[in-house]
Amino acid sequence: MSELRFDKEVILMHLEAADYTEVLQQMGENLAKHQYVKDSFIPAIIEREKEFATGLPTAGVSVAIPHTDSVHVNHKTISIATLKKPVDFVIMGEESETTPVQIVFMLAMDEPHSQLKLLQDLMKIFQEENFLNQLLQTDNASEMQKQLADKLDLHDFKGGEKL
Amino acid sequence: MKQVLVACGAGIATSTVVNNAIEELAKENGVKIDLKQIRIAEVSTYEDTADLLVTTAMTKKEYPFPVINARTFLTGIGVEDTKKQILEELLK
Repeated sequence: MSELRFDKEVILMHLEAADYTEVLQQMGENLAKHQYVKDSFIPAIIEREKEFATGLPTAGVSVAIPHTDSVHVNHKTISIATLKKPVDFVIMGEESETTPVQIVFMLAMDEPHSQLKLLQDLMKIFQEENFLNQLLQTDNASEMQKQLADKLDLHDFKGGEKL
Repeated sequence: MKQVLVACGAGIATSTVVNNAIEELAKENGVKIDLKQIRIAEVSTYEDTADLLVTTAMTKKEYPFPVINARTFLTGIGVEDTKKQILEELLK
């Protein structure tokens, strides 16, 4: 598997969607368009979310971390979407209780353990209410890419912009 | 030695973070554990040997060992309580 790529093309701002399947569909289509994932990633991630929900209520802005099996992934990345209106995702580990999600972090990943530090850094972001709010208010994909690359320590990724 | 299962839906993302957190928790407290990072679908394989299941996925099934929800490791809200709960089970 290749190095993780984190370009502004995986960042979608003020996405409009009626429900979580639409969010996953649009984000998945964008990743497929840019060859990060295979077309099979899209139905797979929707199915996975139905079975194992990933909504996470945080201290401030609720987030979701949809992901699915690595067989559907060409290039590792984290795609981020801010939602124009909050969309209900079922809370991770709950049967039907939902949380109004405003930022989605879609993981296109490979084997376990390989991404521990990245995942830990991502979870740290979920505890930073101000940073999440700041992301929501950002209108510039390059700016958001830079802020996240700083937080997630993704400066040396290949194929991305030099920051 | 207690066998602790860490499970999520895919066995990829959330269980990786939780697995590491429990490893550190055990080390800090000088407890030796047999930690298994698995998919939730694999839990039944360990039904006879496991002492504890820590999971971010939903479980409707009843198991012969305690089940602790690990979502707090991802959001940070209430994580100290969860750690205490896990440690209590490890020290039983």
